[in-house]
Amino acid sequence: MKGLTCLLVFLFLVNLVSAQECDKSLSGRVIDFHDGVPLEGATITFNNRTVVTDVTGTYHIKGLCTTAYAFTISHEKCNSQVVTLEMARVSDKDFYLEHHLNELDEVKVDGADISKTNSAQEETIGSEIIDKYSNASLGDALRGITGVSSLNTGSTIVKPIIQGLSGSRVLIMNNGVRMQDMEWGDEHAPNIDINTAGNITVVKGASALRYGGDAIGGVIIMQPSKVPTKDTLYGKTVASGATNGWGGSITSELIKGYKSGWFLKAQGSLKRFGDVEAPDYVLSNTGIFQKGASFSFGVNKFTHGWDAYYSFFENEIGVLAASHIGSVDDLINAINSQKPAIVRDFTYKINAPKQEVTHHLGRLRYFKRFEELGKWSTQYDFQYNKRFEFDIRRIEERNKKPSIDLELKTHTLTSDFRFDSNPELLWSIGGLFRYQNNFADPSTGVRRLIPDYDKYDAGVFITGEYDLTNNIVIDGGIRYDYNRIDAKKFYLKSRWEERNYSIDFSNLIIEDFNTQWLVNPVFDYHSISGTAGIQYIYKEDYEFRFNYALAQRAPNPSELFSDGLHHSAARIELGDLRIDQETSHKISITAQKNTEKWGWEIAPYANFINDYVLLEPVDVQLSIRGAFPVWEYRQTDVTLVGLDAKLYTNWNKHWRTDHSFSLVKGNENKNDIPLINIPSANFDNRITYTNKNWYGFNASLESQYFFRQNEYPDNISVFSPQQQETVELDINTPPKAYHLLNADASMEFPLGEKNIVKVGVTVNNILNKNYRNYLNRQRYFADDLGRTFLLRFSIKY
Amino acid sequence: MNTRKFLSTLFIGGILFTSCSSDDDNPVPVNEEELITKMTVSLVNAGETVTLTVTDEDGADGPKDPQVTVSGNLNANTTYTGSVELLNGSVSPAEIINEEIEEEADEHQFFYQTSTALDITTTYTDKESDYKKADGTSFTTENPVGLTFTLATKEAGTGTLTVTLRHQPNKGATGVTGGDITNAGGETDITQSFDITVQ
Repeated sequence: MKGLTCLLVFLFLVNLVSAQECDKSLSGRVIDFHDGVPLEGATITFNNRTVVTDVTGTYHIKGLCTTAYAFTISHEKCNSQVVTLEMARVSDKDFYLEHHLNELDEVKVDGADISKTNSAQEETIGSEIIDKYSNASLGDALRGITGVSSLNTGSTIVKPIIQGLSGSRVLIMNNGVRMQDMEWGDEHAPNIDINTAGNITVVKGASALRYGGDAIGGVIIMQPSKVPTKDTLYGKTVASGATNGWGGSITSELIKGYKSGWFLKAQGSLKRFGDVEAPDYVLSNTGIFQKGASFSFGVNKFTHGWDAYYSFFENEIGVLAASHIGSVDDLINAINSQKPAIVRDFTYKINAPKQEVTHHLGRLRYFKRFEELGKWSTQYDFQYNKRFEFDIRRIEERNKKPSIDLELKTHTLTSDFRFDSNPELLWSIGGLFRYQNNFADPSTGVRRLIPDYDKYDAGVFITGEYDLTNNIVIDGGIRYDYNRIDAKKFYLKSRWEERNYSIDFSNLIIEDFNTQWLVNPVFDYHSISGTAGIQYIYKEDYEFRFNYALAQRAPNPSELFSDGLHHSAARIELGDLRIDQETSHKISITAQKNTEKWGWEIAPYANFINDYVLLEPVDVQLSIRGAFPVWEYRQTDVTLVGLDAKLYTNWNKHWRTDHSFSLVKGNENKNDIPLINIPSANFDNRITYTNKNWYGFNASLESQYFFRQNEYPDNISVFSPQQQETVELDINTPPKAYHLLNADASMEFPLGEKNIVKVGVTVNNILNKNYRNYLNRQRYFADDLGRTFLLRFSIKY
Repeated sequence: MNTRKFLSTLFIGGILFTSCSSDDDNPVPVNEEELITKMTVSLVNAGETVTLTVTDEDGADGPKDPQVTVSGNLNANTTYTGSVELLNGSVSPAEIINEEIEEEADEHQFFYQTSTALDITTTYTDKESDYKKADGTSFTTENPVGLTFTLATKEAGTGTLTVTLRHQPNKGATGVTGGDITNAGGETDITQSFDITVQ
């Protein structure tokens, strides 16, 4: 970005001031980087002159010569910062200062580092919102972003959906590391503790190429807060408790910084909930017990630096007891009865069916800055992901043994070089190598759903951005990825024949095991992705963005190989070896206006995906255990079009209203069949009252209206052994529209000289409404969450 | 120099990590503990046996439909002694699954439903206390299990008899101990319908 790095590089250059006309002026504002609040009383010093900002954070400097100046910007409790500006080019500039924790030893010019692209649709949430969702999950926190929804399994397994797409189409970057946590399953939530993040950016689409070329849905980038280069020790603790589930969470972090650039950081969190409740009953076996910890240390100097990071995440999640069913008749009965078959008393105990996931992440990073050239970074990371899924099995003794036992190990080496010596043209090149190994333990006594495999990835990219004029930036990039998957998988001979693999893939068979073949599929994929866009700023307040992104995604192991009965879901899932890459062409436009009084944003998009991979119920398979719905992966050309819109008004110093609306439609091009699992339209309205004089009092009331999804694929007809006839399985019909009211209030109290205690109360689903969410996989079995009271404290020290 | 040392550590670390993680051994097939491939229901009267069998070679994972056979017709106005045998035929010798059901008799129950066209009644002849737990002690509860039963025919007719094994049924619910599946809940381990003729 046209930011600070390159500007700071100027500091190393000798500036010769020649005699020039000195009638230039510079004006702008100094703004709190965290919350965008203008900073009053900030000083800007240069050449023995000092200017102070007024109440609105605004400053004016006159009589500047056409040369480069080094401005020192300071504010109470912040480090003095230096920014060099070339007066020939600049006449107005906003300076962003890190205010709360003095975290950043940097000044952000134009908030440059926060946005990941210039031209794509994106949005960032900061630590305020992250703290608010401290006891929830990543997916819950991101739902506040227009166009982001979630695919849930109950209330604890939450997968983010970006503009209608989720799973392998959404990359999650955790502290610079691309998460490899078996994201291919619908009931696999990201193995991430939200409390490790300082801010989270969602890029809606594949435009952030440096992270990966397969982000057809988008990229979620979680970044830690930065540690200042000064002698300091500070920290934060957030504790919260909720009545629904009678549980809570506590998270703490402690950061030590040194003037030499050394830093140390430790963070830990603990979360425990019992069974949550719908308005009318306990949702039995929906407890959660989550532990997380992270440590990092390193040196961060201007010219070079390195750091080591390690994080640990463990989660034990109960799966709604009533959702564990035996066959299609059980499913028909569940759908017809409209209430869960199993309702027990509240407990913290988590029984089968449940998941136990563990994620270890280690990272080493090094960077070096080269004068008049740029910055080189390189990183090695290792991830270890372990997943156990426990089902109810025929014998109690076996319930202790997982039905799914997968171990995924990933090593990644990335390196990139960012050329930033010319602030008008910034460009980067980079590449990666990745090796991944999946091991499915056979001692489960249940056929492997996902086989053992080795996966090799390599990628290279080049991206750039160019300041065409003062208010037009163009950006673009291209990326190539190579993926090889080398799996060893057992197929029942009957399945092998039924899939017609004997014709196309007989050369893959390596061993004969009586009723099964052992096969060794090795598939290579070459993917090209690219992006191009333009950002245009008009009269300061208006911004216009246009972006085109091409992305290709190689199929994931589930799409290729899944084969067999998924016991907990009572469905047979069938992948297909013939599945190939999907290719997306996405066009997005953003128009926005931002002023202090009011602002709006309209962001339409269209995503044309060729060979889109979808999983849908197709049939029922008879067996001695009864009949099971068969879900098959299939590829088809689809179009997703949608719109995200926002509007806010600051009526006066105290009152503010926010409105947002998002809509997405997905259809198969052939026959115009609606896509499965597309979020319904939703309309969100909020009114907020703020009074800084009452201990920073802030109260808001939010109304969320979720429309019914009226576009969905047809239900399927199945033979019910119990009823001895063919009946319609109501598996795709979406639930009714619903409206939720939520309220939130918070106040801040100073504690001693430096500490601030913040107390907040939240009530969700105030009216205790019964509702079911189309994108909750447990909607067939039970209502969603009832009313929740939530109390939280945060202390900064 | 600091940097160089760091980089070499990083590089060597990377190689070590990578080199100890892969092996080329072929995976072994899973011994499927949950698999039931065959259920045989024997109905005996005066030395004559009618057997109802269902065979599903590839279990619930495989695409093959179960094969159902009924060895003969039932006689009207006759009482048959019934028993059930469950087998896993994928291993050699075939594993008898009945023991598993017996050891957790309180967690399992068979249900025998007949279509209205058939004038048949079934009655459980076993109870949980007939069976021993895995630790060798007997159950003390008296709820039926249904591994044995009697089947009494009256008038001639044709229809279906559905045999269902439920796991973790609510045996306390109305009608369940009497053999009514309506309120049983739980999870289906086996279910199969047989075409029956009473003559």
